[in-house]
Amino acid sequence: MSNGCVSPDGRLSERAIELLKLLKEKGRLKDTEVAEYAQRPLFQVRSSLRELMNAGFLKVEGEHYLLTEKAEEALSKA
Amino acid sequence: MEEVKVVSMPRIGDLAPSFEAQTTMGPIKFPDDFKGQWVVLFSHPADFTPVCTTEFMGFAKLNSEFQKRNVQLIGLSIDNIFSHIAWVMNIKEKTGVEIPFPIIADVDGKVAQLFGMLHPGESSTVTVRAVFIIDPNAKIRAIIYYPLSAGRNMKEILRLVDALQTADKYQVATPADWVPEPQTWEFTEENTKVIVPPPTSYEEAVKRLKEGYECVDWYFCKKKLG
Repeated sequence: MSNGCVSPDGRLSERAIELLKLLKEKGRLKDTEVAEYAQRPLFQVRSSLRELMNAGFLKVEGEHYLLTEKAEEALSKA
Repeated sequence: MEEVKVVSMPRIGDLAPSFEAQTTMGPIKFPDDFKGQWVVLFSHPADFTPVCTTEFMGFAKLNSEFQKRNVQLIGLSIDNIFSHIAWVMNIKEKTGVEIPFPIIADVDGKVAQLFGMLHPGESSTVTVRAVFIIDPNAKIRAIIYYPLSAGRNMKEILRLVDALQTADKYQVATPADWVPEPQTWEFTEENTKVIVPPPTSYEEAVKRLKEGYECVDWYFCKKKLG
């Protein structure tokens, strides 16, 4: 079920780019921190992070989310 | 002897059923996406109906109070996502009230069935006004059912959240009519008005706005009794 972060052809939505840019700027963040910085509801952030992770744009270390090379590459083109 | 079909329904103390659903704020995976939060999951009979509209406006008004208590509101009805979006936009356009919480589009009624929100004696096609208060460990802590005809009191739901959180924090119980602090909840003239049953044909809908009622839109008109 898409959250509108990643389209079927792999393109990223504005919300996805917003979250990825935030993670690029801050380095590594917990879901609660992403929600706080992005000023979005926690459940929505968790859903978006899950979708981005499933699409290969994020990885998880413990409770922290980090960008993958695929995300860095996508951001450089955004 | 007639066989009585027993439908299993979640009860107080049970873990809330897990589900995935589409909402007006994107897909959700319950309870995972709400870990660490209280949830008030409530069903309403249908979009574009007047009593439900007043309830949604009531919940929207108190949303910040629920947020202060780490509570996420989630609405649900057996309507599709486009109906939900159109209704939320209609409420914003006609009343200026933004609905700041997600509404589950439970078109096939799967979530409603899981939570026992369909009561065939009342209606087999729309959900009753159910409220499930679920704690951060996904345990159901309170359940309220209202019939289709009576709108709920949102302040009572907030009071119930306060009572549950106070009981947890201080290991106490709360008496009848308990409130965390003296309240100034006032009922005004507005609270005495009733809903005029909405039109059920295009012809009636066109006429409704000219019938002298106090209308927000064709489906949502109020009047004073007497």
